[in-house]
Amino acid sequence: MIPALEYRTPESLEEALDLLERHGEEAKVLAGGHGLIPALKLRLAAPRVLVDLRRVPGLSSIEPLPEGGDGFVVGALVTHREIEVSPLVRARCPLLAEVAGAIGDAQVRNFGTLAGSLCHADPAADYPAVLLALDAEAVVASRRGERRVSAGELVQGVFETALEPDEIVRSVRFPGPHFAAAAYSKARQAASGFALAGAAAHLKLDGRRATDIAVGITGVAARPFRAAGVEDALRGQELSPEAVEAAVRGLAAGRELTSDIHASAEYRARLAEVHAKRAILRAAERGSAGA
Amino acid sequence: MVRKHAGQPLRRLEDPRLLTGAARYVDDLRFADLLHVDFLRSPHAHALIKSIDAAAARALPGVAGVFTHEDLRGRWGGFPVPGAPPAGGGDGGPAAKDPPRPPLADGEVCYAGQPVAAVAAESSEVARDALELIDVRYEPLPAALDAAAALEAGAPRAHASLPDNVAFRWERKGGDTEEAFRKADRVVRVEIRTERVVPCPLEPRGAVARWLPGEDELTVWTSTQSPHLVRAQLAHGLGLPESRVRVAAPEVGGAFGSKLGACAEEAVLAVLARLLAPRPLKWIEARRESMASPPHGRGQRGALELALRSDGKVLGVRYEAVLDLGAWSGPSAHLAAALAGSMACGAYAVPAASVAVAGVLTNKAPAGGCRGAGRAEMAYAIERAMDLAAAELELDPVEVRRANFPRSFPHGTAAGAVYDSGDYAKTLDRVLELCDMPRLRAERDARRRRGELVGIGLATYVDLCGPGPSRALAAGGWEAAAVRVGPAGAVDVFTGACPHGQGQETAFAQLAADRLGVSPEDVRVHRGDTALVAGGGGTFGSRGTAVGGSAVHEAARRVEAKMRRIAGAALGVPAEYVEHAGRRFVAGARSIAYEEVCHRAHRGVELPEGLEPGLEAACAFEPRSFTFPFGAHVCLASVDRETGEPRLEGYWAADDCGRAVNPLLAEGQAHGGIVQGIGQALLERAAYDEAGQLLTGGFLDYALPRARGLPWLRCDRTETPTGANPLGAKGAGEAGAIAATPAVVNAVVDALSILGVRHLDPPLLPERIWRVLRERSGP
Repeated sequence: MIPALEYRTPESLEEALDLLERHGEEAKVLAGGHGLIPALKLRLAAPRVLVDLRRVPGLSSIEPLPEGGDGFVVGALVTHREIEVSPLVRARCPLLAEVAGAIGDAQVRNFGTLAGSLCHADPAADYPAVLLALDAEAVVASRRGERRVSAGELVQGVFETALEPDEIVRSVRFPGPHFAAAAYSKARQAASGFALAGAAAHLKLDGRRATDIAVGITGVAARPFRAAGVEDALRGQELSPEAVEAAVRGLAAGRELTSDIHASAEYRARLAEVHAKRAILRAAERGSAGA
Repeated sequence: MVRKHAGQPLRRLEDPRLLTGAARYVDDLRFADLLHVDFLRSPHAHALIKSIDAAAARALPGVAGVFTHEDLRGRWGGFPVPGAPPAGGGDGGPAAKDPPRPPLADGEVCYAGQPVAAVAAESSEVARDALELIDVRYEPLPAALDAAAALEAGAPRAHASLPDNVAFRWERKGGDTEEAFRKADRVVRVEIRTERVVPCPLEPRGAVARWLPGEDELTVWTSTQSPHLVRAQLAHGLGLPESRVRVAAPEVGGAFGSKLGACAEEAVLAVLARLLAPRPLKWIEARRESMASPPHGRGQRGALELALRSDGKVLGVRYEAVLDLGAWSGPSAHLAAALAGSMACGAYAVPAASVAVAGVLTNKAPAGGCRGAGRAEMAYAIERAMDLAAAELELDPVEVRRANFPRSFPHGTAAGAVYDSGDYAKTLDRVLELCDMPRLRAERDARRRRGELVGIGLATYVDLCGPGPSRALAAGGWEAAAVRVGPAGAVDVFTGACPHGQGQETAFAQLAADRLGVSPEDVRVHRGDTALVAGGGGTFGSRGTAVGGSAVHEAARRVEAKMRRIAGAALGVPAEYVEHAGRRFVAGARSIAYEEVCHRAHRGVELPEGLEPGLEAACAFEPRSFTFPFGAHVCLASVDRETGEPRLEGYWAADDCGRAVNPLLAEGQAHGGIVQGIGQALLERAAYDEAGQLLTGGFLDYALPRARGLPWLRCDRTETPTGANPLGAKGAGEAGAIAATPAVVNAVVDALSILGVRHLDPPLLPERIWRVLRERSGP
């Protein structure tokens, strides 16, 4: 059912970037295909040229950051499954491995990629919450050079990114440091398994006190966001259930929230609060268990 | 009766080919010169077609033709089965006014998804490209979308040609209901609403049609539950003798009621096959089409009232309901109404019953029978009402039910059904034992004291299965089988039933093996092809084993009787002195091998005087009555106070489907049915927007139950045979889907009952519950 198109398999990143430069908006980049292929089959997308990255070397590995620390970088072709089982990710950032392992089903995880998911920009995807909480960045390449874009900036709206037509996300960078006090909690949309609301919490703990805190929220609005109000309220505080409960109240207030047959905006706002609370408390529990 | 194999939990003989991907479905059939057919579908719920311009599509290279209603004119004579009124009447369901159903829209579209034009092309991609080039001008009309509102005067009409939207009104009365309600100490009323569900077989619909000019024969390979019915409809529509039409079902990947009888697309394919002969035509439905077009089930809104004595005895039941039939209703939707009405007394001896059902046409996908049709809706209503009765009378929901069970069988109900056999207390006691009800209740109460929302739900049910006696069905209720034993002893069984996932190839092999003294592995079961089997009803209504299996049993018995006569002649004794032991026929000290009897039969020598050579017998089995499986299910559920999400923590079922030919298959059916019932209770609904667009058009939005979120199912059975057939089998296919929805809803409502919640309708979506929680206990 896929409409006729030109299918290209460049052998290098340069060649891929050349193709994008030449074809601009008429080209689409293919990694794992879990967003794009269904869109093609349903004829929701009709690019003239498909640039499949599968033969591009250097995009398939997870590497430690050369500058040291516990940071790492995930190549554009690395699948959810590879992240889930990567000893490096499991050791340095178990939260990412955990979230990767809970995406879709085994077939999806064996094909879908982190970078592809990010570029697809589904507003209910799980990753953006986690990437926001971990301060991850997309490394974006084009013939014009390379730039880094934070996950929050990259996703601009529903299936909309800050990428130019000639750009490719070549990798996703997790700079670290990564703390043990990290967790993701979500309400599943019953049909798709995507997040009606998802919250990732990443805490730096001193005993029960959070000396730093990052909370990423997905699923409730067109773009993922950091729950800055929650972070401010809890930074430097003891993470008692009462304090967290009070801090998450109204975390989505003032935002335009998604409303559909699966959940009203009002319900999504409540789910975001509940799951932010659960993520923070679970993260705190993990942090103190590991301490 | 020898039951060496029958009654054993034999693993499914069909599974190796299914599990290794070797099975062939319609889409796996390969033809050298195939054309691909795709359909342009209405984007509107209701509109007039002002013009169709297909010139650009016709001009596209690779397009063999573009067809609209005009091209079908004079080539298609309509759907009804010859010799049967369009909608039963009498016992087979209410007589209905059903507008003619053109396979391609004739000037008016009546639901979003209705076929408007067909393209035949060299590839499915070209067909799809061509669809995009067809220019249809529509003039949108107001749409009737809510069945209850569609009954009101001045409501938009679903069909411009009809004076109103009422397809039928159907009533059934027994006993003196007015007297019952006058004498009642208490009347309990519950308004219920079951939303439309989509059957969702793993394999969507699809067909290949080929007309061979020299042979003047149409062959249609199609994914169906009922090949003989499809043949009758296509032959009638095409004006061909049935001898010129062959319908064959390759492997069929599930149906749940959605593949019963010919659909519009099959009709179009059949007509086009003659126009484009000799090229075969293939149509394979996309998932989004299979969500938007085939029969949806369950859409019903109603009110049930119980007249109660203060000790819990039900004196009478009143049920009024409005059925959402969608744009067209078929016999199976009408039958669902009749089935619901017949089961208005549920598992209880109720002296008086009154049922009034209105079938209403709307601008939504046509409705039909979906696993448990009619009975599921009715069981849901009455089991909700029984819980409410127990609550209002402050009685134990278990004991209220028990006190109303019929004491003797057969039991004629006030709603006109005759329950063949039963021991309802037996399954109730069994499920109470399985779940350890006293412990379960103590646990629930302890958790409640800690502030948790926990509930226990019980449903006791009766199913109506095994259609059926022919007098009750427009197309007849018998089933055909033939058994042939070859010269070297190979056994072929031919069945008119059309198993499509149930595992009856195994069950029928077990039955034939018992009669013929061979192993089930020695028996080959042929199904689904009108060229192989003389007649047949098909597989639906949990009838496959009870009716189809009985036909196999009887045909095999007839072959065996002939084998005994041949053996008797060989051993020098009358047939009645011959014992059949495994692969030998024995008389005293003498015996003859099974293979030798087969050889003699086919050789045609040394046969008893007047006996025809060969070993073959056919049977058209007519069941004595419907069958009435029954049982009791219990569910333990909790609700998340913060989010409203319900969680099923435990599920226990005790079912009685009569004698099980294969207990493993019966348990598999119980599991599948229960999960389907859970889906309806918690997740499933065909949601339309206010313009009549289906919002749940795929599995990203239509939620089916998954292994995640299901409790462990603990199932057990009791066996109370029926006299309706020689097997004593009643049917197991639908019971789970009937019982689980009320069991689950009762459990969740029980969990919320401490907040004063009395009733909630499915699907129990988390947000619905959250809103109730917020109302009752603050944010």
